[in-house]
Amino acid sequence: MNTLFSGLPSLQAYLLLAAFLFCVGVWGLINSRNAVRVLMSIELMLNAVNINLMAFSSYVDGDLIRGQVFAVFVITVAAAEAAVGLAILLSLYRNRVTVDMEQFNLLRW
Amino acid sequence: MTIAGTTELICFLVLSAIVVVGALGVVLLNSIVYSAFLLGGVFMAVAGLYLLLNASFVAAAQVLVYVGAINVLILFAIMLVNKKEDLKAIDRLNLRRFVSAGVCFGLLALLVRVVVTTPWALPGPAAVGEEATARIGEHLFTDYLLPFELASVLLLMAMIGAIVLARRDVFSTDVATGEVADQGLIEKARTPLLLERRSS
Repeated sequence: MNTLFSGLPSLQAYLLLAAFLFCVGVWGLINSRNAVRVLMSIELMLNAVNINLMAFSSYVDGDLIRGQVFAVFVITVAAAEAAVGLAILLSLYRNRVTVDMEQFNLLRW
Repeated sequence: MTIAGTTELICFLVLSAIVVVGALGVVLLNSIVYSAFLLGGVFMAVAGLYLLLNASFVAAAQVLVYVGAINVLILFAIMLVNKKEDLKAIDRLNLRRFVSAGVCFGLLALLVRVVVTTPWALPGPAAVGEEATARIGEHLFTDYLLPFELASVLLLMAMIGAIVLARRDVFSTDVATGEVADQGLIEKARTPLLLERRSS
């Protein structure tokens, strides 16, 4: 704990920031009514995971930096996810004429 | 990148403040356009954090892909579905929000406890610093070659899938004859599928 606020930003500081960002993303994912905002929350969560990977790569795995390679793959998958997600959103909007998440209840039990 | 410790700390604090405030703004603001631009700010601040972590290549990739592609894509989506609509009121909406906030605080407390109490293997090996880009290239073409190729296939699949999903209904006519061209892939116009169930 004493390494947390002494001089250089430590590994724990990055991890705490990433944890907060992830939790904000989860809250937004659950509570957003606008479907575009849901996609934004997913991007926030992916960024939190990336911060984790980069912090571990820099502090724990400094010579092999496998975390940075993983972060590059995560960015790739995030790009694919955003493209397909927004295409699905446009298709939904064309069929339902709304972006309100509460209206997308076709699969509700 | 070697900079003085205090400067690094100040940079970290400023960038993390931007990330925290921006992320809260993304989920809490009413205007979706403000949210989208704040999301761009969050992405830029995260790229700055990557620079602090000696990862210039990933920082550049973050700016190019997230700010340049994903954020612009989100703005386009906002423009395409930009309809003013009054959201139907839901009963016990505030209760729902408080319960989910409690769940998220529980998750946060769990993560904080794990971060603080775990004995991390510190200090690790010395960071490679400026050689990181070359090292990433070596990784991508030796031990991570298969994931790298799979990622290219994944991007191709995502591109085709996005085109198929988001394509508008087009009547395609032959330029020379003016008749309806026979193109099996192009959908004909149709009425929205699920509208009649919305009233129920």
